[in-house]
Amino acid sequence: MNTRGIGDVILDVTNISLAFGGVKALTDISFDVREHELRAIIGPNGAGKSSMLNCINGVYTPQQGAISFRGRSFSHMNSRQVAEMGIARTFQNLALFKGMSVLDNIMTGRNLKMKSNLFQQAVHWGAAAREETEHREFVERIVDFLEIQAHRKTPVGRLPYGLQKRVDLGRALAMQPQVLLLDEPMAGMNVEEKQDMSRFILDVNDEYGTTIVLIEHDMGVVMDISDRIVVLDYGLKIGDGTPDEVRANPDVISAYLGTH
Amino acid sequence: MGFFIETFIGGLMTGMLYALVALGFVLIFKASGVFNFAQGSMVLFAALAMARLSSLLPQWFGFDNLLLANTLAIAAAMVLMVAVAWLVERLVLRHLVNQEGVTLLMATLGIAYLLDGVGQTLFGNSIYKIDVGLPKDPAFILQNVFPGGVLINKEDLYAALVAAALVIALSLFFQKTGTGRALRAVADDHQAAQSIGIPLSRIWVIVWSVAGFVALVAGIIWGSKLGVQFSLSLVALKALPVVILGGLTSVPGAIVGGLVIGVGEKLSEVYIGPYFGGGIEIWFAYVLALAFLLVRPQGLFGEKIIDRV
Repeated sequence: MNTRGIGDVILDVTNISLAFGGVKALTDISFDVREHELRAIIGPNGAGKSSMLNCINGVYTPQQGAISFRGRSFSHMNSRQVAEMGIARTFQNLALFKGMSVLDNIMTGRNLKMKSNLFQQAVHWGAAAREETEHREFVERIVDFLEIQAHRKTPVGRLPYGLQKRVDLGRALAMQPQVLLLDEPMAGMNVEEKQDMSRFILDVNDEYGTTIVLIEHDMGVVMDISDRIVVLDYGLKIGDGTPDEVRANPDVISAYLGTH
Repeated sequence: MGFFIETFIGGLMTGMLYALVALGFVLIFKASGVFNFAQGSMVLFAALAMARLSSLLPQWFGFDNLLLANTLAIAAAMVLMVAVAWLVERLVLRHLVNQEGVTLLMATLGIAYLLDGVGQTLFGNSIYKIDVGLPKDPAFILQNVFPGGVLINKEDLYAALVAAALVIALSLFFQKTGTGRALRAVADDHQAAQSIGIPLSRIWVIVWSVAGFVALVAGIIWGSKLGVQFSLSLVALKALPVVILGGLTSVPGAIVGGLVIGVGEKLSEVYIGPYFGGGIEIWFAYVLALAFLLVRPQGLFGEKIIDRV
């Protein structure tokens, strides 16, 4: 699996603990993500997977522990700063801009890359117009890549669920992220849609070398596409390693089969 | 017939002023999902600032030039509205990110009362007049079609042109620019907008400033017609049925809604009023809005909300 040239540690999570009141969502979690790697976080429902992702994304601030990205450590971050550092995400429950077209949704992902100021945009003048065209071309490539050309002008609210998930991915890709966080990209999909989505994820990882952190509770898909897997259960880390190692881990087996 | 057209045009002009206030509602709702109850108070605040400064500035600096005084007063009032926008974001909205719409609505209700109070503390609470040099003389048109012709106010005509220009500019801004797109994105989903690096705080300051600008324009036009006084902030109550009619998310809807209500209430007052003993003008807008809520809750131009079940 090492053919893509997996590099050094790019994202390092150390001793993260997060509690909501008396509920411990995460307890002392540590793991790392290497550059160009496809890293999965799995676990049964309520294991703390999404909480973990939200910590990395700056939505939650963990009570303990630190997260470092490219050697820069941070403990208090907001979503916007994280986005500026080059970390993009998708959402488990779709969070698209429903009233806007597919193109406009993906274009919003270019927001951070736009340099022209408000007044230039307002008069659609020189640099602003040229910039808009460039970004538009970039977005069209993403649309082609995700095979949603036919729906470019459709308001996303009207698309079927599986396609909305692709738009969500497209918007994150438009940010040209260094790390892409995917929160259950295949939840609620049928087998065919899952295969499509797996293919897109692998292609992004392959072609652009984007580091991917993927949350799933469907073990099957994850085992096939991931390089390394973290397993969470009740907010604790119970396994970490290659798919084969994880598959053989007795704690993981009992967590998934429910035998304690 | 001439009288009918006069009434109709009179209604259009009133309607246009409703539309300008409604436009402020729509802007803020479109861009932040907040139903801004303080829009009427912003109109009052902006108009008060403009009216007072245009008479105070010449006194302070000792010049006597109406155009200069008005220009400076408008600029200063705009600066004040940007300051209000900035303070609202800093002190209120920033702390309510991702909260329910109702929470934000209550917050704007608080802002409304605060602005009413602060405005009158700063600028006084008597009736002030705004004179931006709009021609007050009436004009007669269509004199060869009807005996006596049709009377219209030149002032109203200029005001209508300003309003139309404002609407076109704002529509283009929302649809065609990157910032406009970011504004629409924030309206749909705060969290998703943040995750792609749209700066919520800056977006909010921008949109409240634009709404402040619209409030200033509405305040000046209204104030130069009827004078600036506290009752101006109650105009906002007339703008509520307008946004229900036009659709909360539609800029053209605010305009059409305003015109329909303006014309509707004038015509009904004149032609149906006598049968009820008059006073229709006061409640006509609300009854119309109620009917719309029953038949077409998203308004004439609003986005239809389809929920997946």
